[in-house]
Amino acid sequence: MSAPDAILLEAVDAACHFDVSAPLITRIVERRPRRILKAVDGVSFQVRRGRTFSVVGESGCGKSTLARLVVGLERPTSGSIRLHDVPDAEGRPRRPRLQMIFQDPYASLNPRWRVEDIVAEPLVELGLVTGAAAISARVRALLGLVGLAASDAAKFPHEFSGGQRQRISIARALATEADLLVCDEPTSALDVSVQAQVLNLMRQLQAELGLTYLFISHNLSVVRHLSDDIAVMYLGRFVESGPADAVFTTPRHPYSRLLIETVPDVEAPNRDRAPMAGEVPNPIDRPAGCAFASRCPQVEPACRLAPPPLVAVDADTRVACRLVPARADAAGPVAAMVP
Amino acid sequence: MSAGPVLDIRGLEVAFDTRRGVLPALRGVSFEIAAGEILGVVGESGAGKSLTGTAVIGLLEPPGRVAGGAVMLEGARIDGLDANAMRRIRGRRIGVVFQDPLTSLNPLIRVGDQLVETIRAHLPLDRTAAEARALALLKEVGIPAAEERIGQYPHQFSGGMRQRVVIALALAADPILLVADEPTTALDVSIQAQITSLIKRLCRERGMAVMLVTHDMGVIAETADRVAVMYAGRVVEIGPVAEVLRRPRHPYTAGLMASIPSMRRRNAALAQIDGSMPRLDAMPQGCAFHPRCPKAEPACRAAVPLLAEIVAGAQHGEGPRAEPGLRAAPSHRAACIHADAASAAAFLPEAADVRA
Repeated sequence: MSAPDAILLEAVDAACHFDVSAPLITRIVERRPRRILKAVDGVSFQVRRGRTFSVVGESGCGKSTLARLVVGLERPTSGSIRLHDVPDAEGRPRRPRLQMIFQDPYASLNPRWRVEDIVAEPLVELGLVTGAAAISARVRALLGLVGLAASDAAKFPHEFSGGQRQRISIARALATEADLLVCDEPTSALDVSVQAQVLNLMRQLQAELGLTYLFISHNLSVVRHLSDDIAVMYLGRFVESGPADAVFTTPRHPYSRLLIETVPDVEAPNRDRAPMAGEVPNPIDRPAGCAFASRCPQVEPACRLAPPPLVAVDADTRVACRLVPARADAAGPVAAMVP
Repeated sequence: MSAGPVLDIRGLEVAFDTRRGVLPALRGVSFEIAAGEILGVVGESGAGKSLTGTAVIGLLEPPGRVAGGAVMLEGARIDGLDANAMRRIRGRRIGVVFQDPLTSLNPLIRVGDQLVETIRAHLPLDRTAAEARALALLKEVGIPAAEERIGQYPHQFSGGMRQRVVIALALAADPILLVADEPTTALDVSIQAQITSLIKRLCRERGMAVMLVTHDMGVIAETADRVAVMYAGRVVEIGPVAEVLRRPRHPYTAGLMASIPSMRRRNAALAQIDGSMPRLDAMPQGCAFHPRCPKAEPACRAAVPLLAEIVAGAQHGEGPRAEPGLRAAPSHRAACIHADAASAAAFLPEAADVRA
């Protein structure tokens, strides 16, 4: 299909800042400075074709803003987001297509439209298929692809459960023959048994169609299940990125480690654990040094001086912590940090 | 402390009278919660878990009504009480914590004043004593710099801190029962862990009974002593958390457990329960789960299976946690005619193959 490891999406030092200052007059009268919210503050990553790259973090860390940057709903303040060409059916390079799947399947489908019109809209708008019969056939094929019946095309969204609605969202996204699907918390509104149906569908579609996913979630077990590579985000920056297996089995940044330990484990009930203390700092008044310093159990005075850069600690994993030595014996510092 | 359970629900039925007829939302829910015990009530949307909590605290909205059964608080029936009597119990003997801390607090009143108002509504204290108690409560729920925070408004608190304030409000009159409906659902995992550990500590220190309603099996695993799994208005399985989560006997519980992605490994595919929960106006005959159940047989359609003790002889590897004040071995019961088979976990063999 396509060359393995070909890069589809690449972000280089991408940042998205919002000016949340008071109005100009108020600022002058009350002598208040500008206030800049650095939602995304310089992230770099590459997503390989046919793979799943996940961004995980708590609310307010900037992961949804990152998704909006990638689909072009926000413009980067600095840095760049690039899509690399993919080969078309004849092997010539073409621009990749991307689509978004949103969190809330109750809000992202027009309640007054029939499913066939919802799924056909991208086909009609982009002129991908012409002729009523051809459009109708394509819509039915798409519904079949996501496990819905052809007869569902004539129904309205309210006639479907949450999981089925998310299938409609996926069918609509696939209508454009998208290469990259940006999924922002696609299963957060669903019950677990329904979530399993949607996650299985996403994996199956990826295998069949060679889709690339940029997956945004706060749910670590879902991320673990779906991802090839992950990035852990904290206050607008990546604190750790690398292959999902490596990050989950040997998290190196203190935040990743605490986050993974904090998730309740249904396989180990009644576990006693010490919850992570403190809360995420205000992104408007970003601390000068490491953003995690206020909650970090291993914090040293030097951590508060300058933000640590994201550096490679082995072939694939990068960590932004001054306590994790770059490219050294990776197991050493982790073992040393465990109290 | 009385010997009996703090909360005893027996065959509770809740129905909604609608134009299309009477819709049975709870169809005979029974469980007990002892002092110092956390019972998790878990289920998916529409299972009736929140409705059970609402019926216990007497806040059912018409057309919903208690259609049968009994709710006993320390041995006395509370389900038939009038609104005034119920108002005196709610807040005084039953504390309540809801999902969204922002809607549980009045945004225009300082948190200290909200606490003082609640305390004085239920306890015979003057303002000074009530203020001292409010401060002590804020400290008890772990709010740093409580002396300053007591004069602030809810918007000055973060989500996790707000939920601590709501818990302090629920504890204002030393209730014997805390009903917490999705108390951590609106919070991030790291904050969620702080709140669940707070609820555990308060339950232990105060000897309170806690009914923890949630859809999140992880929160149950982390917090509860026992768990009741609900499906379509009934408890289908109940028992000690470790037992139910590790050795589920009802196929629904087994399917639910297998559909949760693991943090430890990456599976090829998740076990999934096809279909969805039946609607109230289209309840299947017999076991409500049979249309989705991989082990369904004709007998499942014939009669509703009752909650029955899991017959010993099945492996009981680890006993339940020894808790002072609890009966020696809380029972593990499931409502399935296959529950006594070696394993009702019809979903598990498949999942095991995938993991291998």
